Parts: sequence; C-alpha cells; structure tokens
Amino acid sequence: MARIIGGVTTSHVPAIGGAIANGRQQDSYWKPFFDGFIPVHQWLAEARPDVAIVFYNDHGLNFFLDRMPTFAIGAAPEYRNADEGWGIPMVPPFAGHPELSWHIIESLVGEDFDLTTCQEMSVDHAFTLPMALLWPDQKWPVRVVPVCINTVQAPLPSAARCYKLGQAVARAAASWPGDEKIVVLGTGGLSHQLDGERAGFINKDFDLRFMDSMVKDPTWATRFNTHQLVDQTGTQGVELLMWLAARAALGERVRQRHANYHIPISNTASGLMLLEAA
Amino acid sequence: MSRQPPIPGTTIFDGVQARKGYALNKMCYSFNDAANRKAFLADEDGYCARYGLNAEQRAAIAARNVLQLIAAGGNAYYLAKFAGIFGLDMQDIGAQQTGLSKEEFNAKLIAARG
Repeated sequence: MARIIGGVTTSHVPAIGGAIANGRQQDSYWKPFFDGFIPVHQWLAEARPDVAIVFYNDHGLNFFLDRMPTFAIGAAPEYRNADEGWGIPMVPPFAGHPELSWHIIESLVGEDFDLTTCQEMSVDHAFTLPMALLWPDQKWPVRVVPVCINTVQAPLPSAARCYKLGQAVARAAASWPGDEKIVVLGTGGLSHQLDGERAGFINKDFDLRFMDSMVKDPTWATRFNTHQLVDQTGTQGVELLMWLAARAALGERVRQRHANYHIPISNTASGLMLLEAA
Repeated sequence: MSRQPPIPGTTIFDGVQARKGYALNKMCYSFNDAANRKAFLADEDGYCARYGLNAEQRAAIAARNVLQLIAAGGNAYYLAKFAGIFGLDMQDIGAQQTGLSKEEFNAKLIAARG
C-alpha cells in the first residue's frame, strides 16, 4: 500500500510567482514568508515523497462558469500551467500519475463521491506556486494528482464534505498496491477578501484558531457552513476548504513539524503548516 | 444560501450573480489569452459587443470600476484578468473598492497584525 507520510498547507497568492521570478525572496517584504519554507525543504529532503496529491481551487484557468465541477480530479499524464491573464511566469510541466488517479477515482466514486474526471487539465497558480515553494529548483521530484475543489461559484461544497473527501482519498491511497510515499498539499487561504467594500478583510484570531485546530481538533471548522466561513475568513479565505481536505487525508492524529503565519502577503494572511501523519 | 444573513460589503457569487454576470465573466475569462487582451485594447466597444455585455456591464467596464463590475455580476477571479490588462495589483483594486489611497489600504492590511 502507498503511504501518506505528511501534508503541507500553504497560501497560494499570485504575487508569490512574481517574487520568485524576480528573485525577491530575501527582500524585507517577502523574507518572513519565504523563510517559512526552509524547514519544509529540510523535511522534504529527508522524507523524499514520490507523489503529491494537491487539493487546490482553480481561479478561471481550466474551468469557466459554463461547467463548474464541485470536485474535479486530474487523470492526465502531464499538467501544464498557462497564461492566467496577468503574465505570471510559467513553470515546467508536472508529470501525472494516471494509474493512481484512476484508482482514486474508482475508490471515491465507489464511496458515492460524484467526481469530474479530467484527462486534460491546466493547473493555475494555486497548484504551481505551492509546488514552486516546496521545490524551488522546479525540478519536480514527485508525480502529481490534482484535486480541484470549487470555490468560485456558490453553492460551495461544505467544510464537512471536503473533510470527508480527504478521508476518502486516504482510504484510496491505503488500498493502492504501489509502495509510493505520498505528500498531500492543501493550498489557499488563509483569511482574505479581494472583492467588495470589505476588500482587505483579514481575521487573525480565526486563522490562528483554525491552525491550532488543524493539529488538535481537525473537524472544528466543519461546524461552520460555507457562508459562515466567508463571514469569518473572507470571500477567498474560504479556500481553507483545501486545508481541511488535506488535513483529513492525514488521518486522525498528526505531529506538527512546522508552522508559519504572516500578515500580509498581497491582501492575504499567509499561512503554512507542515504536518506529519502520526 | 439565500436565507443566510448578509455579510456587509460582500456579494456572494451565487447562481443569481452567475446568471447576471455570465457575459461579463465570459469576456473576462477570454483575457487569459494575450491576443484577446490586445484585441480588447484595440477595439473596446467591438470586443464588448461581441460578448453581448448589457448596458450596466458596458458602463462598468468603461469606468474600470470594480464595485460596479461586481454589481453587474462580475466575479473576482475573472475580474482579476480584466484588471491585469491595466497592470493593476490587488492593492490598487482594494484601494479603489474601499475608497482609500493605496498607502491607506496597505496600512489597513498591516494593521490586521494586531
């Protein structure tokens, strides 16, 4: 069986791409953010995962409103970034793991998750930037399985449902006959709101409570409906749904190896956690 | 979600907004392609007409006004691609929507550190 060895949850703010492209990681603005990843690099160098299952949300690159899946999973041999409209630098393509993707699809649909399956799928900054933060040389040492959760158009899947999705992915990994080591990523958040008169909204108290719950009480955030999560975290802060799915995939107990929280990166309270499956 | 209490200064992009804003968002989605961004700049009227924007949407695009664009059904993620044409960053957009200068908006973000 494959093993999920740990998880990394991180913000995916587009401006990170510009900072990487322009080598600004040690500028005073960016240093508190990028330095947060040093312990993650050390952990990855030791743990050497073979596969990354990435829970992320598309922002209008692969999906438009003509067809908006609640849960979509990649089953492609390769995934590429593309122009998202504001000149974000491209990164090298990612090797997929279609056999594992199809195993997860079989397993999840067998558990009554109604997935959209994608044999072609562009991945946007929510996928590419966390990968570049984890592996700055952009020589990806992992094959990837993207899992996209809709946060563009309400109704969004509930926090409880996203948690169950992550648990189901863990069961699928456990029944996969390969011996790969898997790291799960959850990208997005933490609190931020880009749109409306409330633009710039950040809720530090909620974010810290949520990060604490990721270790001690992982289903805590599932008590809120998505409207309440938007109220507490902002229209884009609701991306914490990706964190919940990733957390759920790690099993009941985890060890926190590292955490970082910094305000602001662009308009966002940036968060980072490295959790090991216990 | 319609029975949920409103969140001040916040429009939930739901089915109502998605229907209202479809043409506008579809145009903004097209700006993923550099050739389309160029075509918009070359002939803004023609480009908007091709996507069937209504008068409210056309006026909001002409005004480059984010709150008007949201009221016309625009979604933040697609509008970001429109803003990208003009090289605006999220602090420019935040400042415009909150009626603050960019410096004031940045100060507001930093103040969230508590």
